[in-house]
Amino acid sequence: MPVETGTENQAPQREAPQRESQAPQPAGIVERLVRDDSDRKRFLKMAGSAGAASFGAFVLAACGSSKSSTTATSASAPASTATTSSSSASTGDIGILNYALTLEYLETEFYSKVIAAKLFSGAVGALLEDFGAQEASHVAALKAAVIQLGGTPASKPEGKFPITTAAATAELAYTVENLGASAYLGQAALIQSPQVLASALAIHTVEARHAATLGTLVKKSVTPDGAFAKPADMSTVLAAVKPFLA
Amino acid sequence: MSNQELTNPELTGIEVHGHTRASFILRGALAAGAVYGTTAVAPFVSQALAVSGGGDAEILNFALTLEYLEANFYEVKSKQVGLSGMAKTYAKEFGEEEEQHVLALTAAIKQLGGTPVAKPTFVFPATNQQSFLALASVLENTGVGAYNGAAPSLQSKAVLASAGSIVQIEARHAAAINLLISKSPTPNGGFDKPLTKTQVLAAAGPLIKK
Repeated sequence: MPVETGTENQAPQREAPQRESQAPQPAGIVERLVRDDSDRKRFLKMAGSAGAASFGAFVLAACGSSKSSTTATSASAPASTATTSSSSASTGDIGILNYALTLEYLETEFYSKVIAAKLFSGAVGALLEDFGAQEASHVAALKAAVIQLGGTPASKPEGKFPITTAAATAELAYTVENLGASAYLGQAALIQSPQVLASALAIHTVEARHAATLGTLVKKSVTPDGAFAKPADMSTVLAAVKPFLA
Repeated sequence: MSNQELTNPELTGIEVHGHTRASFILRGALAAGAVYGTTAVAPFVSQALAVSGGGDAEILNFALTLEYLEANFYEVKSKQVGLSGMAKTYAKEFGEEEEQHVLALTAAIKQLGGTPVAKPTFVFPATNQQSFLALASVLENTGVGAYNGAAPSLQSKAVLASAGSIVQIEARHAAAINLLISKSPTPNGGFDKPLTKTQVLAAAGPLIKK
């Protein structure tokens, strides 16, 4: 990940991806949009291409890393020409939808593993099964939305999640859901289509509900950001999920 | 979702995403169905539309009314009813957060050149903790639907980002309250339903005295 030289952050960026990354202090809206826009363009170059076989390469491209391994780059065939039939508005939205789809794939897999581990039962177990089903419905909806816009859905990444004790797993779920909520919030202002925006908003608040629920489970705040949820930009979120990619 | 007949002539010329408001509504372009028109529910509604000047300020004024409602509910009604345990904890914490929403929306409306609505008077039919929490659930879940319904109509992306930042909090509140009363934290399943202004007023209108 490139070290950010933007002026809005006071603390130096950590180079290693953070496992439990907090959303950054909100930059000025203009700086954030500019930064997000260049991340988004890198992301959608991979997202729109049928050759994005390796999600690892995909993440590296999105983060703008110049140190991608030869294996990763040779496995992928990034098309420098994005689909030309879509309008630029659709192309941008396709990139955002594919980014969301990737996160939803990871969340779905996470919940599958949690449920398979049988760490939770009763009401809590039922809630987590519900949440897993909801994430799966997000995957389906986002895939359909990408296709409807004429794009190619991002491929399902392979995830790896440390599932140990119930307590640790619940903490991880809390982190993941808070991250998901902040990821959607971080993209809302960048979406061009009102219909795509309406869908993203409908999912965004469900992730927030998940996060709050996990908060009650782990006895942490249901509103860790206080009165105003903090958005997280694409590079921050992708760095945070990197440890969960196999 | 049904389209509301446009009855306020002041709104017809206002552009929403490049279309005039009338054509925007007629095309049903907005999937969320957040259609604005005057209703006969309360004179308050016409007043809000008249003072706010239309556009984003109008939408934020609607949100501000709901935030005033929630803040008052958590801060004042809670004490009349008498709460204990997590209900009391949430009322205090959430009340403070709704109060911050009031301040932020008031500032945003002024920044847009609009006039923030005056704080209304409310009447809440809750007599004990159980009915208080039941009503809290209605208010918070309605708030989520209200913001999600209105947000796609916002013209300014900066205002949209702020609205998103607020609605996420309402969703967190809604989930927490629902869990407290053994309701599903995700009553709409995987996708929260956007509400039209009419639907929101059906839930909140009766609580607004003037």
